[in-house]
Amino acid sequence: MPTTVDPAFGALADMCAMATSDKVDETTFCEALFDPESSTPVGLVGPDGETAPKRFSVYRNNVVVSLCDALGDTFPAVKNLLGDEYFGALARAFVTRHPPKSPVLLHYGADFAGFVESFPPLEAYPYLADVARLEWAWLQAYHATDQVPLDPSRLSSVDAQSVGAVRFRRHPAAQVVTSRWPVWDLVRANRFDPSADIQIDLQLAQSVLLTRPELSVDMLLLRPGADIFVCALFDGAMLAESAEAAQKAFENFSLSDCLSDCLSTGAFADLDVA
Amino acid sequence: MKHKAMTAAIVAGAVATAVAGLSTTTTPAQAQAKEKCYGVSLKGKNDCKAGAGTTCAGTSTVDYQGNAWTLVPKGTCVSMELPGDRKGSLTELNRDLPEA
Repeated sequence: MPTTVDPAFGALADMCAMATSDKVDETTFCEALFDPESSTPVGLVGPDGETAPKRFSVYRNNVVVSLCDALGDTFPAVKNLLGDEYFGALARAFVTRHPPKSPVLLHYGADFAGFVESFPPLEAYPYLADVARLEWAWLQAYHATDQVPLDPSRLSSVDAQSVGAVRFRRHPAAQVVTSRWPVWDLVRANRFDPSADIQIDLQLAQSVLLTRPELSVDMLLLRPGADIFVCALFDGAMLAESAEAAQKAFENFSLSDCLSDCLSTGAFADLDVA
Repeated sequence: MKHKAMTAAIVAGAVATAVAGLSTTTTPAQAQAKEKCYGVSLKGKNDCKAGAGTTCAGTSTVDYQGNAWTLVPKGTCVSMELPGDRKGSLTELNRDLPEA
């Protein structure tokens, strides 16, 4: 083993290490794993001492297929939208270009939305990348650190003159996915609520707030302007300035409704009074 | 008046309204009687897939060479028509192209 490895490659090398022999270096082995055209690395031998191309192909195929399956589990709505066959082929294209950077599979797929967005054959379905973004955000919320959300009554104890200067701290699970497509409807229809009769209107732009106040991930369709408001608060802006930014973009922005949404879903972990 | 300034009074009023509306609906229902199994992952995420249904049968590289760009989606996305003027966001299509 080399003493210093690139961290990204190190994780991959860990994954590969079990299967390598003394005669094959890990770099060669890992490169061959993700290149279906490559031949069996020289020195990789079976128990009989002979080169073992068939064994290597099985191993290589299993690595790739297990990663494809992981993507399918993480992006079921995208899979449903594309169909199993197309999704499988798309996943394989992704896996060979974006091998895992961590041995932990639950972190695999961060680049998938970007890949889908830039994949020319999917040009006709530009909303797919945002569906993938929302599903990725759901997984991040699912695995985020547990924390008790801010008790709304804490806000009541701030005096009226100072409340506009309050800054909130984002709850570890809370995220906003902003889209110009109806991602909320698409993800519900293709994943969370497939039996519901959801009419998809591709003219709708929907943004979603994901939270996990306790154990299960909640998704809330944000009101117009609320995405700007919540993102500003998550970026550390003061309450009054976040509300102003949202109101500039959307005249009928309702501060009380949007703040109520944030507090009731557990979007904040804490607050700071200036 | 194009847009109202967020004066301290307006913000304070909105905060009071928001918090008042919540206090009746939240707290008691929040105590969920569930347990989280720490370390237990979503299905398929922590298993090396050596079991049934995996691909030991696929000994060649055949299973591995999907050509997504020669396939046509067959899922629910094909039933949705894109509005004509909404396809403008694809300016970055030329980056990260697969080597076809």
